[in-house]
Amino acid sequence: MKTDDLIKALNADAAHRTMPLGAAWWLAAALAAAVAAAVFFSTIGPRPDFNAADHTVRFLLKFVFAGSLAVAAFACVRALSYPGASVRRRLPWLLAPLLLMAAAVIAEMILIPRQDWVERLIGTNMKYCLMFIPMIGIGPLVLFIAALRYGAPPRPGLAGAMAGLLAGGLAATFYAAHCPDDSPLFVATWYTVAIAGLSLLGLLGGRLFIRW
Amino acid sequence: MSGIDEAELSRLMRAAIAGNEKAYADFLHGVAALVRGFARRKIVQGGVDPEDIVQETLLAIHTKRHTWRSDAPVLPWVYAIARFKLIDAFRRRGRRIEVEIGEIAETYASPQAETVSERDIGRVLDSLPPGQRLVVSSISVEGRSISETATTLGMSEVAVRVALHRGLAAIAMRFGEERA
Repeated sequence: MKTDDLIKALNADAAHRTMPLGAAWWLAAALAAAVAAAVFFSTIGPRPDFNAADHTVRFLLKFVFAGSLAVAAFACVRALSYPGASVRRRLPWLLAPLLLMAAAVIAEMILIPRQDWVERLIGTNMKYCLMFIPMIGIGPLVLFIAALRYGAPPRPGLAGAMAGLLAGGLAATFYAAHCPDDSPLFVATWYTVAIAGLSLLGLLGGRLFIRW
Repeated sequence: MSGIDEAELSRLMRAAIAGNEKAYADFLHGVAALVRGFARRKIVQGGVDPEDIVQETLLAIHTKRHTWRSDAPVLPWVYAIARFKLIDAFRRRGRRIEVEIGEIAETYASPQAETVSERDIGRVLDSLPPGQRLVVSSISVEGRSISETATTLGMSEVAVRVALHRGLAAIAMRFGEERA
């Protein structure tokens, strides 16, 4: 087929309207939050003392960590879905949750005697953490991969991995409300492992399912 | 067609999004000229037909035109899509070479140079369902309008538009899937 003939066909299809990608991302984010909330509240739900007044800094820190990771990953994955958009400008955002967690871990190691470190790190329910963060995050991951398929990511694997990071951050924000372990040593270890698992899944999903 | 610049292209694209069909045709012709130059510069040793890259880029630009933000420059967007399609084509050629070497080792035959492009859109067109194929080729190869096509094929204009859209999306998708 000649290129000029192809252009005739494309031009005849110009009237077909589609949703802008930016709107599609917000739609995916809203649906993902709804799915994560539904899974969270129908399975484990918040811990009994969630409404207690003595919300410690450690407890709140979990939400700041997971929430800032989700926000940074959202900015990055959006940029990755637009051909020609600058991703480098967004990547430094990911440093915020990393630096925050590093500072929290150092502070915890200063505040807690050495012999308690291991106990804090192992915590009480790391199996729950490793099970429920991926379980809450898998639905959102599927939605974010769908949004990436609607977009045009020049690097499908990287975009998928970032979608996994976003799904992990979102899932961890919910899970933090259930998790009885508040030590940064616990969060930095097991949350990270669970989120990295989702990110790896996202990488595979991106490679396999994002084609354009 | 070589003098088209960022300002002109983004003006055409904005007009096209606002519903100006002439502007969209001009935009696509301008993009085709730019990508043709880009592909010819990048493809130095043959094996990949630059015109295939042009056509695949045009298809991707069309089916993914919602990934352009009206406040962003249009050229980086166009070239990012063209580069993606070019790398895709090279990657496939790399795989094909591996296959050819395997065959040579078994048969001791010398390979024939590729003369016919494997990725030609016309070939993919042939694999579409008959309804979509007739509509796409009526509008592209035969150059009919939507309404002329509707009359010729005895379909409603809406049905022609739907078949055209699905046909183009299927062609674009086929190229993406072939990568695996």
